[in-house]
Amino acid sequence: MSRTLVLIGTRKGCFVLESDADRRDWSLRGPFCESWPVYHAVYDQGSGTIFAAAASEWHGSAVWRSGDLGETWEHSSEGLTYGEDGRRFSKISTLAAGHGRLLVGAEAPGIFESRDGGETFSLLSTLAGEPGSEGWDDPANQPPGHLGISGIELHPDDPSRFYAIVQGVGLWETTDDGSNWTPRNRGLRADWPREHEEVGFCVHKLVRADDERMFQQNHVGMHRTDDGGASWTEITEGLPTEFGFGAAVNPHDRDTFMVIPLDPGHGRTMPDGQAAVWITRDAGSSWQRSDEGLPQNGAYLGVLRQGLTSDTYDVPGFYFGTSTGQVFATADEGGSWQEIASYLPPISSVHATVIE
Amino acid sequence: MADVHLPRTLTPLFPDLPRQLDVDAGTVDEAIERLNERYPGLRDRLCEAGPAIRPHIHFYVDRERAALDTPLAPASRVDVIAAISGG
Repeated sequence: MSRTLVLIGTRKGCFVLESDADRRDWSLRGPFCESWPVYHAVYDQGSGTIFAAAASEWHGSAVWRSGDLGETWEHSSEGLTYGEDGRRFSKISTLAAGHGRLLVGAEAPGIFESRDGGETFSLLSTLAGEPGSEGWDDPANQPPGHLGISGIELHPDDPSRFYAIVQGVGLWETTDDGSNWTPRNRGLRADWPREHEEVGFCVHKLVRADDERMFQQNHVGMHRTDDGGASWTEITEGLPTEFGFGAAVNPHDRDTFMVIPLDPGHGRTMPDGQAAVWITRDAGSSWQRSDEGLPQNGAYLGVLRQGLTSDTYDVPGFYFGTSTGQVFATADEGGSWQEIASYLPPISSVHATVIE
Repeated sequence: MADVHLPRTLTPLFPDLPRQLDVDAGTVDEAIERLNERYPGLRDRLCEAGPAIRPHIHFYVDRERAALDTPLAPASRVDVIAAISGG
């Protein structure tokens, strides 16, 4: 019998929602990680380990890990430092697990790796010398509250090839495990002056459909690439706003993809207090609103960049977690939504996995 | 032996770490090092790169605010305090 786990990273620890393959009845466990703020929690299929990126105001940043689906936890930050060179390490902002290692995206921008299951870490790359790095290497622009690696997207077959987002600067690809990088931002729109032709784009979220096709939600629109990021086409038309953070793809259908448009002003909540997810089934040529089961009155919900995800069943479930602590799920590709958790702390991340 | 008192936020992070323990050290920094030897990783929870005491962690030696190089007498009391913050 399959187990469905949804890992929830919140301002007050990591939680685990669990169900079976039907995904109708859910149980909640947690909080874990001593209720440290958790920015991103993921499950590593290879090792069967849950990893959670956390940062305590008192005790600093660490990666928590559980090899028994949340029953017991350990933490480590050994090697998660830029040393004494003045670059600040404020928090771990994103994780990516695969190919026998864990990649860690940090603020200030840097990618660390662990090859021993999260016990120790070493610096893999700071994207040194890339256009825009003079800005993120300036201590005045370093955290808290400034730039970091906000997303890492692995290639399923090639360990040395992956994408990384530098918050507020753009998207890069490496094909040699971080030794060299290529900006992948051509065709993106920016509504502000930029110092470099290749960068200066505020990429919020990247999701991968296959080797050629990816989608991204950024500060000013939705975009699609069909050539592995070499060029991007805007697909915002038909959405209620151009702004949002969360995005998720159907893992079995490269044309089907979900986003959650938000008010682009300070509020950054769902427009008009009416909760909705928007779905395309033709790679962004058209969009349909999905709101059955979602609150339509006074629902000023926010969803962050790791807050929308999908599972891997033949008919995949989609899940999103809100800044007000609700988790909503659909098991029929947006036909209807069910509130599967209601009173959690503010949610930073949602990650779904199926365990056979 | 210094009489070291640790904050409630720290002890759950390391198996069997008590709230109070005796440490043989000449400075605050040496006390942290002795603790780190017994509880690997503990230094990272109290100090950041520099090295420096984390901004929201305060050390007091015999009721006086202390730094890493503050000396310890054999009978010193060391209080490690997690700042009143958060919500």
